[in-house]
Amino acid sequence: MLTYLLRRVGIGLLMLVALTVLVFILLRLAPGDPVTAYINPSVPMSPEAVEALRVRLGLDQPLPVQYFAWLSSAVTGDFGYSIQRGGAPVLPLVFDRIGPTLLLMAAGLAIAIVVGIATGIISAVRRNSATDVGLSVVASLGISSPAFLTALLGLYFFAVQLRIAPSGGMLTPGVPFSIGDLLAHLILPASLLAIGHAALIMRYMRSSLLEVLNQDYVRTARAKGVKEFWVIIKHATRNALLPVITLIGSTIGVAIGGAIFLESVFNWPGMGLLLVNAVNARDYPVIMCATLVIGACVILVNLLTDITYAAVDPRIQVS
Amino acid sequence: MSAITQTSVATRAKGPLRRALDRFVTNRAAMIGLVIFVPILVAVLTYQWWWPLGPNAIDLTALNKGPSAKHWMGSDGVGRDVFARLLQGGRTSLLVATTSVVISTIIGFLVGAFAAFGGRLADGTSMRLVDLAMTLPPIIFLLVLASIAGTGITPTIFVISLLSWPVLARMVRARLLELRERDFVVAARGMGAGVPHLLFRHGLPNCIDIIVVYATLQIANAILLEAGLSFLGLGIAPPEASWGNMLNSARSTIVLEQYPWQWMFAGGALVLTVLAINFIGDGLRDAFDPRSDLN
Repeated sequence: MLTYLLRRVGIGLLMLVALTVLVFILLRLAPGDPVTAYINPSVPMSPEAVEALRVRLGLDQPLPVQYFAWLSSAVTGDFGYSIQRGGAPVLPLVFDRIGPTLLLMAAGLAIAIVVGIATGIISAVRRNSATDVGLSVVASLGISSPAFLTALLGLYFFAVQLRIAPSGGMLTPGVPFSIGDLLAHLILPASLLAIGHAALIMRYMRSSLLEVLNQDYVRTARAKGVKEFWVIIKHATRNALLPVITLIGSTIGVAIGGAIFLESVFNWPGMGLLLVNAVNARDYPVIMCATLVIGACVILVNLLTDITYAAVDPRIQVS
Repeated sequence: MSAITQTSVATRAKGPLRRALDRFVTNRAAMIGLVIFVPILVAVLTYQWWWPLGPNAIDLTALNKGPSAKHWMGSDGVGRDVFARLLQGGRTSLLVATTSVVISTIIGFLVGAFAAFGGRLADGTSMRLVDLAMTLPPIIFLLVLASIAGTGITPTIFVISLLSWPVLARMVRARLLELRERDFVVAARGMGAGVPHLLFRHGLPNCIDIIVVYATLQIANAILLEAGLSFLGLGIAPPEASWGNMLNSARSTIVLEQYPWQWMFAGGALVLTVLAINFIGDGLRDAFDPRSDLN
């Protein structure tokens, strides 16, 4: 178990290093002079000072040297200054946005897991019935509709037509913070984010459960006289959940993609909105830092998935 | 001579391709997909011969007007016909999607082949590269690349094709590694066949099922990526029409609330097309691999 853990952690770290190389190369491919990223735009600088800064930052050095210099300042939290936001340091800007995004994604994922697993079980148990076919059609629609379209439709029907949800933002401006206000703003984007994910989880849950229901131990449980409900829940579902856990972990990237669109439609103050605005303004320091933080989160989640998987499935430890 | 051999083979037993085709045409979902997709494709490709209005023609008597006899799907803020823009947008979306899929299929096949035939070092490096490319959420990569490439049709095609090859490369590699040990490949090698011969004479025909299924499903995926990019204002820029930038207009609250026809039809066309292509792709996969029926 320990060697398995250490190996996964090692691979994760290697991935992170490779990611920094990739991000660095992309940064240097971008048009424009990289030194501008380190100049605080609100403080005027003479050309000589810029040259001095270039030498101090090592931007006159060969690329590999530059990479290590950039990496060592990045490790200490110095990602340079934002070009668009009056020269604010990048890191606090990005860190402020992590909380809202995590909140949105966690809420969306929780809804998706509950709905996806429940409908998956219903579909598998009532295989080929009208319920199953109906749910499958809805799932196909859910998988094929892009997040920005469901976001627009949700905004149109629930916020504009029915007026039962606020049309954007995370909190009502000018009103003291309250959990109720936050939840009212959260519920619509989180549910919309959950749609595509729930559809995917449902499909996997259905096919995985159908496979398990044909196993000998399920027949044994039935033969012992266990109630059908408990056969499904205790004997079949627990085993059918394994591939679904991997799926949930490995599609976290899709969820981040969906979150970006939902944040930009609902004006949710998270990483996605920050990144989209930064890309529109070609604000490279922010783009790079946000990309690294998101990439690191994905690597961490993949690691956690592997560990959860090992904890749930004892066979992993043997191999 | 070759014609005679072919007929005698056909009468003896159906070839695997023929059997796959038989399975495909009996697949109900795939046929529904074709019934939806073919009319859309024909309409998008031929509209200039039967629809009188151009996608950028301005009708000043109809600004932000709802659907009518003249403008079936209404008109937008500068009096352009939404139906014409929808069809032209479909043309752009499909052009971007097919071109980028062709490019990424070629890259994917070549990288897969390089990994399978290039020795252990080539295999290790290219597969780690694939792992890395698959770690980062595709949309993040897309945004970073788009920030470098800029907007327009060519940069969008470039960005999407650069993003989509890793999955195919991995599948091709697995297939070629298995193929490399087969007797007919070993025999061909023994007779002195070079790598190009092995790849294109034996490798490519034996990967054709993977490639066809991947390319079909990837077209749907590329349509979604293009629409997503254009929706964020980073893909196809106006006045060029695309389904994504028609949806982008709904980011203005007035369009979203008051003129839903300006974005809803584009959204509907997008979902229908993607759904149809996914049905066709799933049908092709089941047709090539009968075992997947079991689920």
